[in-house]
Amino acid sequence: MTQPLVNPNAAGAARDARLAWLAGLVLLVAAPFIGIYPIFVMSALCFAIYAMAFNLLLGYTGLLSFGHAAFFGGAAYVTGWLVHQRGWSPELGLAAGTLAAAATGLVVGLIAIRRQGIYFAMVTLALAQMLYFFFLQAPFTGGEDGIQGIERGRLFGLLPLDDDRALYFFVLAIFVAVFLGVLRIVHSPFGQVLKAIRENEPRAISLGYDVDRYKLLAFVLSAAIAGLGGALKTLVLHLATLQDVRWEQSGEVILMTLLGGLGTFAGPVLGAFTVIGLQNFLSDRAGSWTGVIIGCIFVLCVVAFRKGFVGELLAWRQRRRGGRTG
Amino acid sequence: MTEIFGVPLQALLGQLLLGLVNGSFYAMLSLGLAVIFGLLGVVNFAHGALYMLGAYAAWFSMDRWGLSYWWALLLGPLALGVLGALVERTLLKRLYGLDPLYGLLLTFGLALIVQGVFQQFYGSSGQSYSAPEALSGATDLGFMMLPNYRGWVVAVSLTVCVGTWFLIERTRLGALLRAGTENPTLVQAFGVNVPLMVTLTYAAGAALAGLAGVLAAPVTQVTPLMGSNLIIIVFAVVVIGGMGSIVGSIVTGLALGLVEGLTRVFYPEASSIVVFVIMALVLMVRPAGLFGKEK
Repeated sequence: MTQPLVNPNAAGAARDARLAWLAGLVLLVAAPFIGIYPIFVMSALCFAIYAMAFNLLLGYTGLLSFGHAAFFGGAAYVTGWLVHQRGWSPELGLAAGTLAAAATGLVVGLIAIRRQGIYFAMVTLALAQMLYFFFLQAPFTGGEDGIQGIERGRLFGLLPLDDDRALYFFVLAIFVAVFLGVLRIVHSPFGQVLKAIRENEPRAISLGYDVDRYKLLAFVLSAAIAGLGGALKTLVLHLATLQDVRWEQSGEVILMTLLGGLGTFAGPVLGAFTVIGLQNFLSDRAGSWTGVIIGCIFVLCVVAFRKGFVGELLAWRQRRRGGRTG
Repeated sequence: MTEIFGVPLQALLGQLLLGLVNGSFYAMLSLGLAVIFGLLGVVNFAHGALYMLGAYAAWFSMDRWGLSYWWALLLGPLALGVLGALVERTLLKRLYGLDPLYGLLLTFGLALIVQGVFQQFYGSSGQSYSAPEALSGATDLGFMMLPNYRGWVVAVSLTVCVGTWFLIERTRLGALLRAGTENPTLVQAFGVNVPLMVTLTYAAGAALAGLAGVLAAPVTQVTPLMGSNLIIIVFAVVVIGGMGSIVGSIVTGLALGLVEGLTRVFYPEASSIVVFVIMALVLMVRPAGLFGKEK
């Protein structure tokens, strides 16, 4: 009962966090000018969006989806097909992909939220696998080859995105918008209810909240954002393949989020950059051992590093503060 | 020739038999998952990898050491049981008392490692493993030809399933196991070595997956991916049946194998997704699963 309602360090922590984010943003804006390969940063940013979407669900609502690849890869296919086969403009393609992911999320969510905890994870995994088989057989996805050579087109008919630098700032703008959007969602009254559900679902129910509706909305939002990440990735890498909808892809986003720090804002971003960076680094040196190494990191992370980078940093900071003020 | 709904009876029976064989594997694997989940509270994602290891154990022991199928049937599950005990003691043990999701994630990582290592050595192509002399050939049942090996798989699987059910529901050891599921602290207080029981349970689950793998080696291609493709279907089977029930997982496994076989006859395009569709339907009507209890 002696615990103060407002953590005296909270204002300081929030200020420090904002400074860190600002530093990160400056680094990202400077990246193409200081010789960092833009395609790498762009694809990492797309996966960061995907991981932020996943974190919204697991980190803030407490729902482990093992099927997020369905939204990421599904949107990649929809955008890829519309832009490549139908000649849609990139912004409309992105919007359509995102909407398709949201609609898929609505259906999957309606079925999956009927079970909790570990069953929720298994149901989402199974439904995502069903969609994988659908994409494998559907005529428009190109089977094992996927959709390749997708043009980036001109943004709003003006800005040619084939210029890597133009596309880079477009992707960065979307990334920043998603980051701020997730921040807004989590701090809104809606986000507070989500956290209440994560902490104690029966109590949230007894307080009169229609828990299922909140969960469903969180699920659809998360699916839509994951879809946006996938759709954007299609434009960056010119392709949408089965790799995007496989169960490994659903697992990878869990690793990114866990490694960076579950339930933190910067965590999934750091995690995405670490995993994508590691994959790029290893693919030249370790070849097909990459999957094994990623699996080892996964195991280590679960056994000994559950707080992730940002979580450990926050805990360390707390300990230091605690030590000084007594 | 006899036909049912325009499908030759022979083809129908053949697919039903194939479905029954697949169903036997679903039943054995979901049984192992259920037993492990009951006591450890861990959804063992690595179950598919253990199944794959069982199949490779059979192929490897034949290829390298010339050991016969019968040796593989004995040694494969044994080796996987030991491996399972090691994994439980060194890794899973650290996660008890945490959210069960961490158990799922840990075993997922393990599955990635095992699958990755085997892909490294064997690529994605399959190794073929032939059934032993004594079980090759087919028996004429009058209305259809029954390949002996398939009959053997179904028979072994049924025996193992019923045996496991008997062990858990009708023996003293099983009673301890069930009590440990309900309240491990109390069982420990009665002087039962619960940590050992937990280790042995995981080992037994792993051995069961290994046995399924050895049995599967002659009827499927032995590939690094054979386990991961199967485990997700088995998860759906578990959701449909409800994880709490031993009988439930056996019956559901066999039944879904048959349904899949029937789908392959009448609407082949949907055969790979029919189990998932059924899962969605069951969740709509009975969220706790067909045999599960509402909590």
